[in-house]
Amino acid sequence: MPRWFYQLASPRWCYQITGRLLPGFAIAALLLLMIGTVWGLAFAPPDYQQGNSFRIIYLHVPTAYMAQSIYLTMAIAGAIGLIWKMKVADMVAKSCAPIGAALAVLALATGAIWGKPTWGSWWVWDARLTSMLILLFLYLGVIALNSAIESESTAAQSTAVLALVGLVNIPIIKYSVDWWNTLHQPATFKVTEKPAMPPEMWIPLLIMVIGFYCFFAVVLMLRLRNEILHRERRTSWVRELLLQMRG
Amino acid sequence: MSEPLLIVKKLFCERDDRVLFDQLSFDVSAGDVVQIEGQNGSGKTTLLRILGALSRHYEGEIYWKGESIHDDSLAYRNDLLYLGHQPGVKAVLTPEENLRWFMALHPSLDVGQICHALSEVGLRGFEDVPCHMLSAGQNRRVGLARLYLSQALLWILDEPFTAIDKQGVAAQEALLLAHAERGGAVILTTHHELNLGQFVRRVNLDKQVGTK
Amino acid sequence: MSAFQTKKLPEFKPDLESESFSPGKILLATLKRDVKLAFRRQSDWVNPLIFFLMVASLFPLGVSPEPKLLSTIAPGVVWVAALLSTLLSMDSLFRSDFEDGSLEQILVSPQPLYFVVLGKVISHWMMTGLPLTLMAPLLGVMLFLPFEGMGGLVLSLLIGTPTLSLVGGIGAALTVGLRKGGVLVSLLVIPLYIPVLIFGTAAIEASLTGLPVAGHLALLGAMLVMGLTLAPLAIAAALRISVSG
Repeated sequence: MPRWFYQLASPRWCYQITGRLLPGFAIAALLLLMIGTVWGLAFAPPDYQQGNSFRIIYLHVPTAYMAQSIYLTMAIAGAIGLIWKMKVADMVAKSCAPIGAALAVLALATGAIWGKPTWGSWWVWDARLTSMLILLFLYLGVIALNSAIESESTAAQSTAVLALVGLVNIPIIKYSVDWWNTLHQPATFKVTEKPAMPPEMWIPLLIMVIGFYCFFAVVLMLRLRNEILHRERRTSWVRELLLQMRG
Repeated sequence: MSEPLLIVKKLFCERDDRVLFDQLSFDVSAGDVVQIEGQNGSGKTTLLRILGALSRHYEGEIYWKGESIHDDSLAYRNDLLYLGHQPGVKAVLTPEENLRWFMALHPSLDVGQICHALSEVGLRGFEDVPCHMLSAGQNRRVGLARLYLSQALLWILDEPFTAIDKQGVAAQEALLLAHAERGGAVILTTHHELNLGQFVRRVNLDKQVGTK
Repeated sequence: MSAFQTKKLPEFKPDLESESFSPGKILLATLKRDVKLAFRRQSDWVNPLIFFLMVASLFPLGVSPEPKLLSTIAPGVVWVAALLSTLLSMDSLFRSDFEDGSLEQILVSPQPLYFVVLGKVISHWMMTGLPLTLMAPLLGVMLFLPFEGMGGLVLSLLIGTPTLSLVGGIGAALTVGLRKGGVLVSLLVIPLYIPVLIFGTAAIEASLTGLPVAGHLALLGAMLVMGLTLAPLAIAAALRISVSG
């Protein structure tokens, strides 16, 4: 195991390093999201079929994408915590869950808003939306389990197992929902199969996705730092830190 | 017999923001009877659960015959008999069925001994009565009957004498002694005054230091 | 004290580990024990069956008694009812063993937890999934499921319900240390049940329309095989965590 891995395991070191990384990521997130939003909403060409209503993909796609990646991050962090008993990994996993759930909700909401002009109704049992809904359920399960268990380390281990079980199941769920969807829905509902996007459309989308990644990193670091301070509140370094902050 | 069987090194454990013990070290050799002492809430049960490899909420090291109990957990569990706070007796099963399940979990033991074990703990005639119809003390005795069946070197007993009458306690004390004499080791907690004199070593958790 | 000294214990057997462990033996022993326990505590397995019947009879009352409508929703209703009854029975899988200390005894024993867990889950299925499957045709008749669908109904439940027990066992093991596990188990497990539900109902619908059922059943079978290999591992890990907490 390399040295940095053990260093990362130290909450104190992790607190310091995230403190240094935080401003950079925050500025990057702010810039990228601003550029992407303005470009996507104002300057990208309108879709030849859907007109301007397609522009919600600049929110919908990154949030949906993030909701999935965050689940992966959470499960991997949980596994690291389980196997190497790394406290920081447990904290990362715990911090991920609410962010992921919030982004899943955003993805569902933007999907519904997109659905109104496209399908004529707020909700359609479309394969992607249904999968996203189930992903939200998985997040809610993880959060519910984590908050039900009082002991912090037990809660971390239990949720890690649950997240891993969920991770194994996600491809099966996705496959079965896609299959179920083709069985019950006429093919005309498929908005997703379209000719390739022109660069003026997908470049702002890419910027938004990277921006959301930075945004996730910022929120994760903030939550993680909070969690570290809370759990290490009785150690001498946190006390010293608090004294310094009070002046 | 000079090499200790169980070595506990610098054990640290905290529950709910409270340090139960810190730097707790002791060892247990063949022929030892070790009593864990302490007030209510001092962490006796927690310590026994840690020693039984049931709880991993601790820092420090525990070795059995030189191997960490989690690295070579099968060898450790082969040598271990653990009697927890709850006796692990199924209320809807009879004493005999309960012991048969114990034998299924420890397949190297001799099933023919069940009758003998039940009569040793004074449950002859109750073999076929469901345990929920027996008294608390009798239920405890069903759990204790395992001691007569076990071939384990190390016994970890959490309050084994709860709800047991005086005669029963005396018989159990003799049993612990016999186990120690055949080269076994016992770690237990109890609120009874053990009548074993110089045979007992005590580890007091109130002081949080192991004493010899 | 000399009076006690007369007591003698048998000497230690020289080599305990020479007895080889047989996974089949402990699996069978666990199975027998749990089935025996279930028969002596009948409410554990009878109540979910009654629940199954009751839930299914809510639909004609709540939706419409019209045969045509009922026969179209029958596959889904029977499967959802089976799923909910399994969930209802799930919480008791490890709870009594946890509360009376039997679970600790299993964990400290030298037996491989994987096979004990597998035995427990199989016995759980024998006391819930199997009776549910056998009762399902009755519900099918009540919901006007055409005769052609009965084969698909029974077969899909026969292959699908063991997976429900296996996956549900993970939820039960994760929540066994909590005082109120019941609703939480459902929250954790329902999303994981969705693939089984989809292919289970699809199998019935395929058999209704005369399409081949084998493909759906094979998928259900694949999920069962995966569940059989992986779920006991997750359950075992979850039990160790729950008992440790």
